[in-house]
Amino acid sequence: MKIDLYERIWLWIATVMIGSFLAAIVLGATMNAVHPPSHVETIDPTTVRTSSEFSRPRVEINDDGSALVVGVAEMFDFEPFLIRVPSLGPITFRLTSPDVIHGFQIVGTNVNLTVTPGYVIETTVTLPKAGEYLIVCNEYCGLSHHQMTARLIVGEGDGP
Amino acid sequence: MSAIARPDSPYRLEISCFAVAIGAFGLGAVMAVMQALARADLDVAFASAKVYYLSVTAHGVLMALVFTTFFIMGLGFLFARTSLGRLAGESWGWYGFILGCVGTAITTVAILSGSSTVLYTFYPPLMAHPSFYIGATLLVIGSWIWCGVMIASWRAWKREHGSEPTPLCMHGMLATVIIWILATAGLAAEVLGLLIPWSLGWVERIDPILARTLFWWFGHPLTYFWLLPAYVLWYTVIPEITGGRLFSDKLTRVVFVIFILFSTPVGFHHQFTDPGISSGWKLVHTFTTYSILFPSFVTAFTVIASLEIAGRLRGGDGLFGWLGKLPWRDPFFVSVALAMLSFAVGGFGGAINAAYAMNTAVHNTAWIQGHFHLTVGTAVTLSFMGSCYWLLPRLTGRALVAPKLALAQPYLWFLGMILFSGSSHITGLMGQPRRVFSSSFFGDEAAQSWQFLTSLSAIGGVVLFVSSLLFLMVVGGTYGWGKRIDAPEVRFAVPLDDDSAPAPVWDRFGLWVGIAVLLIVLAYAYPIYELLTMERFGSPGFKPF
Repeated sequence: MKIDLYERIWLWIATVMIGSFLAAIVLGATMNAVHPPSHVETIDPTTVRTSSEFSRPRVEINDDGSALVVGVAEMFDFEPFLIRVPSLGPITFRLTSPDVIHGFQIVGTNVNLTVTPGYVIETTVTLPKAGEYLIVCNEYCGLSHHQMTARLIVGEGDGP
Repeated sequence: MSAIARPDSPYRLEISCFAVAIGAFGLGAVMAVMQALARADLDVAFASAKVYYLSVTAHGVLMALVFTTFFIMGLGFLFARTSLGRLAGESWGWYGFILGCVGTAITTVAILSGSSTVLYTFYPPLMAHPSFYIGATLLVIGSWIWCGVMIASWRAWKREHGSEPTPLCMHGMLATVIIWILATAGLAAEVLGLLIPWSLGWVERIDPILARTLFWWFGHPLTYFWLLPAYVLWYTVIPEITGGRLFSDKLTRVVFVIFILFSTPVGFHHQFTDPGISSGWKLVHTFTTYSILFPSFVTAFTVIASLEIAGRLRGGDGLFGWLGKLPWRDPFFVSVALAMLSFAVGGFGGAINAAYAMNTAVHNTAWIQGHFHLTVGTAVTLSFMGSCYWLLPRLTGRALVAPKLALAQPYLWFLGMILFSGSSHITGLMGQPRRVFSSSFFGDEAAQSWQFLTSLSAIGGVVLFVSSLLFLMVVGGTYGWGKRIDAPEVRFAVPLDDDSAPAPVWDRFGLWVGIAVLLIVLAYAYPIYELLTMERFGSPGFKPF
């Protein structure tokens, strides 16, 4: 098929551009293990409140400063509401929902999880700096969706 | 139907489709301005969370599903009738149209009654009234009948013109039809197999991840169902009205074929933050998603090269002199020029959304609403609105009333969208979530930082509403009171390269559909099999609205 010279050059530029986008993604995924949260684990959403793990939403601090957050997102609250961790990480979040889908987004970071009934979502992150973070629900969950928030305090800050 | 279409017009079916589309657009615009005023934190009587989320649902359904589907059905009927010289089974076209109207009415009533505030993504376990899903199903079945009429018209033409290439506008519309059928297969599985039985109480539980997977099987090719008819206008009509030539007929066909192949096996890039789907499959869908960037790069070159030919034929010279010679007083051309500019920005934004790891920085933030208001909300919508200024004299035999208002309308839309979408992109990067009635978050410091831009986006919403009103006034005024003229012909662009050769391989739709189905199987069969066979519990329904 005959293609105009300028258009051929343009198509090569486009090909190289798309190729380099993909190369950047693959390099990040293989060299730095940068993946989206993709945990596969199921749970009966009607038993979340009685399950041994999620009946006690909590923050566990290990001796090395790493933390485990076991949380529940429920219309229209996060539990625990106040997450206090001593160091930047690693922080592991394990979250589920007993009702509808919620979002769990730590504002100012790329921590962004879809908390889904019937599933446990888990991810481990290290945050860039100490301080106080706002956590919001970013998946519409009902009429008080915009009031569903929590707080994360990283380091020795003097938050609430 | 004579109430909305003159009995003497040969385009009654098309005009009826456009009329319903524009009616839905008007109602959708009212819903949008209500949201804008609510976001501006004005003390208006209707600003409540209930009305806000209801209006988000109505705006999404009316604009993204009803306006687009009816407008595209109208364009399809018109392109088949004019380029093939026939519409096979026009009465079936009417049945599809009427079924679509009935479905739209049922779903709209379900939304406005407040029983179905589930947004246009209707993710379970949010549970709408059964009539919400049933009405949407009837609309889709109506559109399937449209698909049948389109295919039958092409086959009837093909029997008489065996070796000739398919007229290019029809090639693009058939690609649209094929993408729609492939996409709505996923939607049908979700709505008929999961949502309707569950909302009627026949089954107690539903698996939210399976439902989301089927939804996004549909949801992403849906965007190309919107985009391709706009591309058909850009490729096959714009070079004609600007007085140029289409730069390359063959490459245009290649573009439509790539869209058939890669539109559907890409849905997981909407589910990067979901549990229950392994990261390997998300990476596979990242690759297929990036393949779909390619045809849009081709489009950027071919359409702009066609415009350059037009500018030079009109006497423009120099490196950029031809730009000024383009018909900047023609509201259709201006609409498409601004639409293409928006799509250049929106397209790169889309590449960021689809980036495997970067997605978590923008997922479900205001960035997303900023993104798709540039793509479907401007590239597609402004092209469709602009095309009405070209369609009206041709379909109704009436001259545009108030051509100056028609010319101002796309500029106002573009300005409103810079304010709305620009602000949304920035506040999204700052972390503002999308789809929230109020984003003050109890006076939080981070939330304070995005309040100014949120107000700016609300002003953008009001400017967009004014542009919508101008559009409705010009279209309504022309239809009712435009000066009678001899209707100009509907004509299509002549390509630079020879299009009289025997039908190229790009016209062998059966082959491309086969490969497209294979790609869908490769992308979805195993992950869906995994979902179906692992221990799942499902969720009962909730109605928190």
